[in-house]
Amino acid sequence: MSAGTVSKKKALNSHTILLIVTIILFVVLYAGGCIAYGSKGFTHLQTFLNILITNAGLICVACGLTCVMLTAGIDISVGGLVAMDCMLLATGMRSGIGAFPMIVIVLVIGLIFGAIQGYLIGYLEIQPFIVTMAGMFFTRGMTAVICTEQVSITQDMNKAFYDIANIKIKLPFGGYVNGKGVYMAPYVRVGVVIALCVLILIFLMLRYTRFGRSLYAVGGNAQSAAMMGLNVKKIKMKTYILSSFLSSIGGICFCLNTMSGSVQQALGLEMDAISSAVIGGTLLTGGVGNVIGSFFGVLINGTISSIVKTNGKLASSWPNILTAALLFLFIVIQSIAASLRTKKAK
Amino acid sequence: MSNEKKSKESFLARIRKSPLFLPIIALILVMAVNIIHDAATGANPLGFFIIRLQNTTSNGTILYGRIIDILNRGSEAAILALGMTLVVSSSAGTDISVGSVMSLSASFCCMLLAGYGVSSTNELAVPLFVGILGGLLMGCVCGCFNGFLVAHLHIQPMVATLILYSAARAIGLLLCNDLIVYIRNGSYGIFGSFIGPIPTPFIITAICVCVLSIVLKKTALGLYIQSVGINSKASRIAGLNSKRIIFLTYVICGLFAGIAGIVNSSRITSADSNNIGLYLEMDAILAVALGGNSLGGGKFSLAGSIVGAYTIQAITTTLYALGVSTDQAPVFKAIIVIIIVAIQSPPIKAYLRKRNAAKEVARV
Repeated sequence: MSAGTVSKKKALNSHTILLIVTIILFVVLYAGGCIAYGSKGFTHLQTFLNILITNAGLICVACGLTCVMLTAGIDISVGGLVAMDCMLLATGMRSGIGAFPMIVIVLVIGLIFGAIQGYLIGYLEIQPFIVTMAGMFFTRGMTAVICTEQVSITQDMNKAFYDIANIKIKLPFGGYVNGKGVYMAPYVRVGVVIALCVLILIFLMLRYTRFGRSLYAVGGNAQSAAMMGLNVKKIKMKTYILSSFLSSIGGICFCLNTMSGSVQQALGLEMDAISSAVIGGTLLTGGVGNVIGSFFGVLINGTISSIVKTNGKLASSWPNILTAALLFLFIVIQSIAASLRTKKAK
Repeated sequence: MSNEKKSKESFLARIRKSPLFLPIIALILVMAVNIIHDAATGANPLGFFIIRLQNTTSNGTILYGRIIDILNRGSEAAILALGMTLVVSSSAGTDISVGSVMSLSASFCCMLLAGYGVSSTNELAVPLFVGILGGLLMGCVCGCFNGFLVAHLHIQPMVATLILYSAARAIGLLLCNDLIVYIRNGSYGIFGSFIGPIPTPFIITAICVCVLSIVLKKTALGLYIQSVGINSKASRIAGLNSKRIIFLTYVICGLFAGIAGIVNSSRITSADSNNIGLYLEMDAILAVALGGNSLGGGKFSLAGSIVGAYTIQAITTTLYALGVSTDQAPVFKAIIVIIIVAIQSPPIKAYLRKRNAAKEVARV
């Protein structure tokens, strides 16, 4: 009995330790930003909410990608898919189609696209990297086929979508009085609400549903999962459908934030999402990870770029370098932790 | 009669099993599309194959033609594909940082040649070979970093190289002080233009291929790499230093990325950190896959990768000739890739084998 509880505690520790490190790092980073740039308004709650508003799309994408990475796969088509969704929404509304039909179309395209990728990966056993790389080429190219120039969504084009994008959901606490003596209530946009709902749903799904648990099983060891009676091919296909679907939702959040579509949009988003997930403690070898970690990974990325922006003097390439340095740090920690674990096991 | 037929069959089967089968079929298809397009538009149907000497004001008499253009433009991808083949073979993973490393090497080389913070120069600050060596060294350093992570810390290649994928280009921008550095000195442009009538990038590619294949054939390195790729544990027990071999393949890959970066920046006689080598890592990985190499590591064929790289360039050039824009070309590339890898996928191969066997049985 006591031995059982001890081993359970140990297992908990090894799984959650990286998550705790991630959260501590986020808190330290944010506190550092508050101390260094407190005079520039970094301490306001709104700064934090702005990070959420800018990264709402990335949170959805990172949730999908975490699920894929749990099965030891990878999906690098997400950035292209987000760009294609934005372009579809923008051009669709320019030609007079309503906001809600367009959103439905985008989501359905995400499902179909995911099903094709999932079929190729699950049933034809082609490597995920190659399939989703082709998917990236395809979606980026399709974005240019739809329209080569930047299309902005204006109020005249589609009032409903414009209004949704401009809704400010005010929070009842954490405001401040600005220089003119006006009380500024902190607010979030609709995208943030969508992203947080996705986050909570995926968290619950991974924790409590049959499908969620089977993702861990497939990623841990596909062979033994198959022997346990799981349909590995079907689960893999479903995972890629989920990832593309969540990317489509992310694309809608992204579009609500940028209100435009262009070929250059969401460039490198897939790498941001992957690095967020890795910083959050998800292993690319599969079987270990959590969307909460990915969420904090996104927040860390957002905090770094927010600090660099607030400073205003640093070169624009610093966020990339800092994120890469963090990624390096986390990878080394993970590697050391893994080698310690195997030594203990021996 | 039957004997003759049998030998003919086995010859066909041999061709089909060759690693070059797929890329060459793709190349033939590309040529066919070109011929049909030329014939349909009323141009000379064999226009694709015509190579002629042409006088130009900038380079003197040079070889000119679509094939020459493909050989010239495809050089960077071919050079990268060489290094990528070794990396894929030894570590069963891909090095996605090569495009960024190209950019970093080119930026470092141009920064050395122009001096820090200078955006345009006519005089070289240091001799040309110092700059070039610096660029190549930078490539090697990046390769060492990747190799250390993969070989010694046992990190999956894609994650390990993801670090430099996002950092190398940014560091290059820092080195160039966020500027595009122009080297307006004729001697730098030589690597991207022509020596005599032949394009220099093609000569550089040929030299790289020769040196690498001689090294792989004359020493046991080629064999060692394949052995580590097939089973790294067994190789270690057999007495090979698996870690050192994997490390070495990443250093070689970094070096080739450096060479490709300098060629690319010499073409435009400047270091444009944001655009040099953009998406080229994808082309290099594609070339390796197209060349019939398994991305799961093990056996490799350099010739396959090179033919693969030039096939991709041929596809790109053909698409441009057909009037597809630069942004739209990836759609067709994606479809071609999917068809090629789907044909090679295990379930479809098994299905075809079964059908062939059934046919044999029916005939008997």
